[in-house]
Amino acid sequence: MFGEPVKRVEDDRLLRGQGAYLDDLGHDALAAAFVRSPHAHARITGIDVSAAVDVPGLIAIYTYEDLTGRVAEPLPMLIPHPALTAPRTGFPLAADEVNYAGEPVVMVVAEDRYLAEDAAQAIVVDYEQLPAVVGIDAARAARHLVHPDVPGNIAAELVQSHGDAHAAISAAPHTLELDLSIERSASTPLEGRGVLARWDTESGRLRIWTSTQTSTGVRAAVAAKLELDLAGVDVITPDVGGGFGVKIVHPWPEEVLVPWAARLLGRPVKYTEDRAEHFVASAHERGQRHLVRVGFDDEGRVLGLDVRFWHDNGAYIPYGLIVPIITSTQLLGPYKPGAYRVEFTSLYTNTVIVTPYRGAGRPQGAFVMERTMDAIAASLRLDRTVVRERNFITPEEMPYDHGLIFQDGRPLVYDSGDYPAALAMLKALIEWDSFPARQAEARAQGRRLGIGLACYVEGTGVGPYEGAHVVVETSGKVKVATGLTSQGQGHQTVFAQIVADELGVPLGDVAVTTGDTRAFGYAVGTFASRAAVMSGSAVALAARATREKALRIAAAALEAAPADLEIVDGAVRVKGDPASAIGLGTVAVLANPLRYAFDEAARAATQFAAGSSDPQAPPVPAGESPGLEGREFFSPVRSTFASGMHAAIVETDPDTAEIKILRYCVVHDCGTLINPRIVAGQIHGGVAQGIGGALYERLAYDEAGQLRNASFMDFLMPYVSEMPQEIEIDHLQTPSPLNPLGIKGAGEAGVIPGAALFASAISDAEGFAITAMPISPSDLFELRQRDQPAQDTDSR
Amino acid sequence: MKPPTFGYSRPESVAQAVSLLAARGPDAKVLAGGQSLMPLLNLRLAAPGHLVDINRLAELAYVSVSGGQVTIGALARHNDVLRDPLAVAAQPLLGQALALVAHPVIRNRGTTVGSIVHADPAGEMTAVLALLEGSVRLVSVAGERLASAEDFFLGPLESDVRAGELATEVLLPELPSGAGCAFTEVSRRHGDYAVCGVAALVELGPQGEVSGARAAYLSVGPVPVVLDLTEACGGVSLVSLATAGTPDFAQAGRLAMARLQPGDDIHATAAYRRHLAGVLTERALAGAFAHARERAWLSLP
Ligand SMILES: Cc1cc2nc3c(=O)[nH]c(=O)nc-3n(C[C@H](O)[C@H](O)[C@H](O)COP(=O)(O)OP(=O)(O)OC[C@H]3O[C@@H](n4cnc5c(N)ncnc54)[C@H](O)[C@@H]3O)c2cc1C
Repeated sequence: MFGEPVKRVEDDRLLRGQGAYLDDLGHDALAAAFVRSPHAHARITGIDVSAAVDVPGLIAIYTYEDLTGRVAEPLPMLIPHPALTAPRTGFPLAADEVNYAGEPVVMVVAEDRYLAEDAAQAIVVDYEQLPAVVGIDAARAARHLVHPDVPGNIAAELVQSHGDAHAAISAAPHTLELDLSIERSASTPLEGRGVLARWDTESGRLRIWTSTQTSTGVRAAVAAKLELDLAGVDVITPDVGGGFGVKIVHPWPEEVLVPWAARLLGRPVKYTEDRAEHFVASAHERGQRHLVRVGFDDEGRVLGLDVRFWHDNGAYIPYGLIVPIITSTQLLGPYKPGAYRVEFTSLYTNTVIVTPYRGAGRPQGAFVMERTMDAIAASLRLDRTVVRERNFITPEEMPYDHGLIFQDGRPLVYDSGDYPAALAMLKALIEWDSFPARQAEARAQGRRLGIGLACYVEGTGVGPYEGAHVVVETSGKVKVATGLTSQGQGHQTVFAQIVADELGVPLGDVAVTTGDTRAFGYAVGTFASRAAVMSGSAVALAARATREKALRIAAAALEAAPADLEIVDGAVRVKGDPASAIGLGTVAVLANPLRYAFDEAARAATQFAAGSSDPQAPPVPAGESPGLEGREFFSPVRSTFASGMHAAIVETDPDTAEIKILRYCVVHDCGTLINPRIVAGQIHGGVAQGIGGALYERLAYDEAGQLRNASFMDFLMPYVSEMPQEIEIDHLQTPSPLNPLGIKGAGEAGVIPGAALFASAISDAEGFAITAMPISPSDLFELRQRDQPAQDTDSR
Repeated sequence: MKPPTFGYSRPESVAQAVSLLAARGPDAKVLAGGQSLMPLLNLRLAAPGHLVDINRLAELAYVSVSGGQVTIGALARHNDVLRDPLAVAAQPLLGQALALVAHPVIRNRGTTVGSIVHADPAGEMTAVLALLEGSVRLVSVAGERLASAEDFFLGPLESDVRAGELATEVLLPELPSGAGCAFTEVSRRHGDYAVCGVAALVELGPQGEVSGARAAYLSVGPVPVVLDLTEACGGVSLVSLATAGTPDFAQAGRLAMARLQPGDDIHATAAYRRHLAGVLTERALAGAFAHARERAWLSLP
């Protein structure tokens, strides 16, 4: 099973429309809607609800004034950091100031969502507008402040270095400076956020369903806000229609307010975010500007690299410095600069908050590093692959310590990888060496072709831990639970594959539950390409423990040594002796000494059954517990580092500046593959988002902080028609030494090199360097005009 | 994204529909395919008091060709028109344009007449009506009138359909023999509204010379813009083609650029859009010219 392209067990149900997403639940629930700030920055001077109170079906209207206890306090600062000197988080409902257009100001609860929106529309909020700070340049200039008590709009500044980069650059024979920018994009899962809460008045229990990437995180956060015992709160993740990072943020204002209102009203309440809200009230990412100084030798080897960058963190910073820390460390990719210094400033702006989106700061880092590699190649007239090769960390140098601190607070040490081999594979796959001839031939026909490549390394599987529980039912069926959540990745399939292999049972006998605190209460969440590494490993360990136990129990029954037993097709037997087999279900019966028989099979475990147990020993031996089950946790010392390289051939239209992808090739190394089909799916989805981020998507804020494209009509998520005909994938497998399965994460990889890759390929087609992404045909046209101003009038 | 309260009726005949529209006055809106109206309602950008759903008016679900005209009834979906071999043969621009309208699922619901009434200057069918100088039949309790393309488009999302009126059909002339047409556009994603689009009509004279060249433009102004470019196509003929190899419509492209004043938006600068108008003018005219030539050859005895 392990390593096979097993079809996803989820798909039959999901493709038949039998999925149950948040909005499919709670048909009896009241509906919540929000009045959101239309202004990017303003003081609230009055709220008039009088016109709303007559709306039929209205149940309640809440403003900040109505919030009680800890719900009235700011939302938690989820990931504190010593460098985060001015942390600011929002209130569940704006207290007296709004800091981005979309910030919730009033909550309305009504019999249904239509009526809730009617009432919301009738509420009048008076604002005194304040100047808005939009974009990195305005934030840096700090003519206006987002938070009056945060000078310079600076949330944090952080420097990391290894060696003396300034000295190395000064001494280098060649130096270059680059000014590089990436605009905002966003996760935009097809299902927005949503939360349903039921307060059980009799038992005083709160049950929450939420479309989240961390059910345990939501549980802890909501319990703290509502001052409830953890044991009194269940959080269940239904089917989730994508997360891509945005749903790791928690608790969202709505995630606190909906349970709070459900308890207050004693009735279930549901909030389903709509698309218009998602654009302005969830989270974005990517916006950064980098100034790079690099010193290198005649061979193109980087002697010193100095990166100064500014990160737009939006109005608040609940997720801390994770994104810029990842950028600053993962920027290095597969390379080993002689010395490195990175300094970033995280800036407040009057825009939607910035939190990790698939890739989480890495696409920016890869863009900066790969643009630098291309610039070095161009200045020395070397092939772009040659410069990269000369800067690669070699397999012999693994594990490689960069001398920096990674996002998990641990040293940035690469565990394994073979970058030269990956590059050789990629060059062969895309036929790199023969491309110049093809390019020249096309050029002669008036066509512009360009080839590009981009490399990345991705720290995956960050801690602190995940756990899993495996239990064999007396039917022989196996139930697996792990606490982290699924957003459609195929966890049910891959975890079942692992268990099927470890336990020797058919795949169809294994059922997996994720993200339900009732089934498994200790977990961190699904982010940072960590599910396979963390829960996969925990599931393997729990399955192994279950297997050991099954062998111990069967050994007693078969009067054999456990080492002489094997499990085949769900039955334990003496190795090579099918006649001796006892089904795992029977072993499960024996594992639970019974007083009462509930069916025929159970009789075998009751106290008067023949040879049931040694009358001189306790029925449950010391050190054992009843039941055929295992519960284990996995907590690795640090992250494992996956890597990959993408190459693409593009064609740019000389007249319309349209950009077409002719080929897209991927070499991907996520260690040992559990399921190549699922990994390919992850790569396809990542590449699609990478293409989106490079060529289509941007969040177009105007100077006043209004998002001008808050819909799928104008936020151009690519369709399948914008994808290349084929994504050609080759796998390299360098196992990780850090976990029992040798695996590395694969969830985010596909998106990381997108901006870098297309900048490289388009630069190659056009003959000038692209320094800002994304790029649209209109942008490319304007760049051509700048490069050759006379062009338009000449050719027309 | 839930619409505010509205009244709803679903008449079974045109007579019923227009009397409902008359009774409700300006507060009523026709609901056809809903592909433009429903999003407006859900975003609360429109809040009509009453919707008159015409989806039961089977009498308006037709596409017909007769007397040199293609007639499209108000309940003909984009895909009904696109898949009508007689209609697209009689006026090939219809097929060329409709293939660029949105995606198949939207074309299955959206109506061609609705899209013309909706008057989005980025909508392909508005340019088709304008270029072909077609007309729209408007029926009310007071009677009916025929609005010509020239007078029909008043502004973005504003057409000359008055309170109480139902657009029952759109009339387009057949493509004359000796003429050719083409539709070309640049859109950001497949099926999106065009950043810029050009529909072109080229007529050939007895000597195979371009005797008429007109183009209609999408997304360059508040309403579809039609330009007569005949004067700039002077040198192009089937004869010149034999020597020059490719027809040269560069002068027409330059003329179009000089005449158009497109605006900018988040997808395109005004300069880029203007540049595109020039490039696409050339492409559309070349396409229409090739089409005319092909048809001329086909019609040779
Ligand atoms: C994702 C998406 C992409 C699209 N892309 C394109 C595109 O690329 N090009 C394009 O041209 N269109 C596009 N459309 C719009 C589509 O073509 C619509 O179908 C069309 O604009 C309106 O037709 P409808 O039948 O849906 O009209 P409705 O949405 O029902 O109505 C639109 C308006 O016209 C009025 N109306 C409709 N019919 C009549 C009538 N018979 N008499 C009087 N008033 C009437 C309505 O009252 C309303 O004001 C797109 C739509 C979507 C959802």
